[in-house]
Amino acid sequence: MEDLVSIFVRSIFIDNMVFAYFLGMCSYLAVSRTVNTSVGLGAAVIFVLGITVPINYLLENFVLARGALAWLGPRFAEVDLSFLTFIMFIAIIAAMVQLVEMIIEKFSPTLYSSLGIFLPLIAVNCAILGGSLFMQERNYANLAEATAFGLGSGVGWFLAIVGIAAIREKIRYSNVPAPLRGLGITFIITGLMGIAFMSFMGIEL
Amino acid sequence: MSDKDNNKKEALFSPRNQKLLTNPLGKDNPINVQVLGICSVLAITVQLRTSIVMAISVVAVMGLANVIISLLRKTIPPRIRIIVQLTVIASLVILVDQVLKAFVYDVSRQLSVFVGLIITNCIIMGRLEAFALQNKPWPSFLDGIGNAAGYGWVLLAVGFARELLGSGTLMGYNVIPGFLYEMGYEDNGFMILPPMALITVGVIIWIQRHKDRDLVDIS
Repeated sequence: MEDLVSIFVRSIFIDNMVFAYFLGMCSYLAVSRTVNTSVGLGAAVIFVLGITVPINYLLENFVLARGALAWLGPRFAEVDLSFLTFIMFIAIIAAMVQLVEMIIEKFSPTLYSSLGIFLPLIAVNCAILGGSLFMQERNYANLAEATAFGLGSGVGWFLAIVGIAAIREKIRYSNVPAPLRGLGITFIITGLMGIAFMSFMGIEL
Repeated sequence: MSDKDNNKKEALFSPRNQKLLTNPLGKDNPINVQVLGICSVLAITVQLRTSIVMAISVVAVMGLANVIISLLRKTIPPRIRIIVQLTVIASLVILVDQVLKAFVYDVSRQLSVFVGLIITNCIIMGRLEAFALQNKPWPSFLDGIGNAAGYGWVLLAVGFARELLGSGTLMGYNVIPGFLYEMGYEDNGFMILPPMALITVGVIIWIQRHKDRDLVDIS
């Protein structure tokens, strides 16, 4: 249990998707104009990461990795399908996003209309695929750990986008040099936030 | 019919096609202006070497993906086009990944997950959606190469600045002369840290928009 908490906290603060690995920057920059929309997108990312990382974990460990197909019988013990990783992961992600979209549309039309176009966009958000690929690289021991990592990364991304959106709402009233306005200053603020987040690096978990 | 004839007569490097190639380098740059595909620019530019490998990989994937989607554009049903596009890109990225693993294994290890993340690089999806689905293979190819090159030069610029200032090397060779160190020059270790990549790109955007006032964000 302690392990799970530490993986969760670690993936929120120390290995933050945005500040440590720059994943999901495109939607991070494009959608962070107002706090409301960024809360919606952030929630959707937590949701999708929390679902796709565990599913891809199962896929990796029971189908793709070397010897993972052993449960089919001894003939399959040596099969190594790891070269199919990318295409399988992205297929799962695209399918899950589609599924999540349909489920939300059916059961909560208000949430659906507030998320709007962001849901389909999540399929090409690199934070989602990145989550699955990091999960594969770090060899988590079991499904619970992978889930904790997925949810934690989502929460970290959520924090980052809500933070930058709040700052951008305020900075509209500041006198930024004209060429830096909009995109430029957002980059620099993100850099400064990243430096702030680096202070978590020393924490041993 | 006459329209078709006109298209046939158009030279391979007609002015329109040249524009496709050169616009993304400057005022239509995918990174500085369209803000697409930022993730990898920031994460893998600690060294020039990784930046070069990444830039070449993206040029290859993007040129080919644009051509393939453009060839298939009349047969892809619009409803499932995103999955088709992702499948094409993912297959090309698998090829690139295997090639990198075979020929430059150490760089491939350094790039780690970021080779895979070319799949979700929004420039590629963006160009497929915006250009390749409506245009013929040759213009699509030029558009792909142009945009990938626009992405590539920013990647190289950031990688160059970060490696030079951060570790005093280029491509792994020392370029800062020894006497400067003796005079008290020190490498700025800060440049190697992730946040400095963001600030470097911010400065590049600043310079570009200072020179080209049309790009200034007035909102």
